[in-house]
Amino acid sequence: MSNANNLDAPAPASIPTSPAPVSPPTSASPPAPASSPAVTSSTPVTPSTPASPPALISPSTPLRLTTRFLRNELRVTFFRRRNQLLLLVAALFPLLIGIGLKAAAPHGGGGSGPSSGGAAFFNQLAGNGVFLTFIALSLLLILVLPVLVAVVAGDSIAGEAGYGTLRYLLTVPAGRTRLLLVKYVMIVVWCVAAVFIVSAVALAVGAVLFPVGPVTLLSGTTVSVAAGLVRVLWVTLYICAAMAAVGAIGLAISTFTEHAIGAIAAVMILVVASEVVDNIPQFATVAPYLPTHWWNSFDSILRTPIDTTTLWHGLLSFLLYAVIFVLIAWARFTSTDVTS
Amino acid sequence: MTAAAYSSELAIASSGLTKRFRGGQLAVDHVDLAVPRGTVYGFLGPNGSGKTTTIRMLLGLAFPTSGSAQVLGVGMPDGAVRVLSRVGSLVEGPAFYPYLSGWDNLARYDAADRSVSAATAKTRIGVALDRVGLSAAAKKRFRNYSLGMKQRLAIAAALLTPRDLIVLDEPTNGLDPQGTREVRALVRQIAADGITVFVSSHLLAEIEQVSTHVGVMRAGQLVFQGELAALRRTAAPRIAVSTPDLTAAAEVLQQLGLADPVTRDDAITAELGDIQPERVTAELVHAGVAVRGLTVESPSLEDLFVGLTGEGFDVER
Repeated sequence: MSNANNLDAPAPASIPTSPAPVSPPTSASPPAPASSPAVTSSTPVTPSTPASPPALISPSTPLRLTTRFLRNELRVTFFRRRNQLLLLVAALFPLLIGIGLKAAAPHGGGGSGPSSGGAAFFNQLAGNGVFLTFIALSLLLILVLPVLVAVVAGDSIAGEAGYGTLRYLLTVPAGRTRLLLVKYVMIVVWCVAAVFIVSAVALAVGAVLFPVGPVTLLSGTTVSVAAGLVRVLWVTLYICAAMAAVGAIGLAISTFTEHAIGAIAAVMILVVASEVVDNIPQFATVAPYLPTHWWNSFDSILRTPIDTTTLWHGLLSFLLYAVIFVLIAWARFTSTDVTS
Repeated sequence: MTAAAYSSELAIASSGLTKRFRGGQLAVDHVDLAVPRGTVYGFLGPNGSGKTTTIRMLLGLAFPTSGSAQVLGVGMPDGAVRVLSRVGSLVEGPAFYPYLSGWDNLARYDAADRSVSAATAKTRIGVALDRVGLSAAAKKRFRNYSLGMKQRLAIAAALLTPRDLIVLDEPTNGLDPQGTREVRALVRQIAADGITVFVSSHLLAEIEQVSTHVGVMRAGQLVFQGELAALRRTAAPRIAVSTPDLTAAAEVLQQLGLADPVTRDDAITAELGDIQPERVTAELVHAGVAVRGLTVESPSLEDLFVGLTGEGFDVER
């Protein structure tokens, strides 16, 4: 594979005190140092070799290790109105779910909740607002959170290609590997932001609408509110990891097209197909390898003792998906012509 | 030629640069470019002659099928990250984020550049916008820019940092005459600073006023490369003899050794070469040819260009 940008230092991982030569702004005096060592830059008259051309590029043009590009990427992502609306929608869902369940609670009397995956803890909500977090996350995990991730991840490279900005970023030069890494870090930050917003809003709404007290876990044991909140944090982080894996899939698909909508749709089709196959008993043997199979395993965190084996299986699955698809994205992106 | 020789004399050099698309179409066919430093190099050719594909390979956006290219003495595409910070470019029209302002768009490209300091970004962006006359529209969203403003913003992006080479692919595409003049003035300004300018166009008229060197593409091949003056010299003047005695006239011209005789309805033309027109007149009269008119035609650069690239609707691929 002919990779254009082996030299790339991954920007996101940069440390301010890097070994890269931090020289004073070089921009002002481009040509002098390299090719004409004998001629000091202050003496322009060189009679013997008339107009010996200075080096076109000083070989030591320092490439800074900075987070500037990443910070710009994050700012552009989070200030984009479309993305802000998506986060707003993500924040509204827990509110609506909380109000809906509050309104239904007196009549339902803690009886039959929705039949979806989160059924186990719907009954707990009336007793404890903390459970709204788990309910909201498990409901949004089916479609809303994957959509949020798919939009940003599917758009990441394909969107740049569609606008034509990809060719300009690469001629800046941003570096192909570096651009890809910046994009994936942005996607992961986006996933964390989306999941934490859902979690935080659900927690707040739950606290306002329902009583809050010691948390009775699914296994029957009761832990303190503080310990319950720690479990909320673990659940949130676990779902962040699940979404980061979806983000890697989105990034990979995004490198194959210049139509962002196509990439976004492809990610969603993949997620839904995986969820469907996961629910067909005949496919039980392949189920553990599906990208969505371990998503709902977060309910292990709500039991005592915590079933860490299941959680590690889930995290391993997410990690493998992330690594494999980031590598696919890299292999594709560093070896294909940019024709947009 | 060694790399050292490239770097001292040529801003762009390629040898046997070839691009075959996946469908098998040969877009660029063994192109040997030699763009001397400090020149304004006009890269001419009709649409679809492989200009943009060549430029994409020079900028590391596309990978050549075979052959090699050097930009500022550095091999492409492997050297892209090292060398492109010294190269400003405009490829196939401006491309920016419609939802960002002109300023924020430039700030984004600047942030992606590891060779420049964040501390000088504000100054550089301000200067670049000022240079293309967009300071007043800096805070306006790119979406609301006119076509000319978009084009100028793209040129501002190419001028964000000090450059040794500016590559402009069809910089006046879609611009009104006034915009075209502005771009031409900018190119002159850039060149006056000693920066090499590589500018492509399908319009000869646009380039001949600013460029010192030209390369002409036809169907993926470089059919002419050299100084503009050299191209002009190839414009061989022709003599046209208007006469009813076409055969007799043709014989005379042949005896004089004039090349490429072409017979029209009631006239015959041929390349004049070194022979003086008055001698042709004398010989014709001497041979008893009834001469109604005799003119010397010097083809315009436009004619030459069309001669090199083919007439319109000459679909070659």
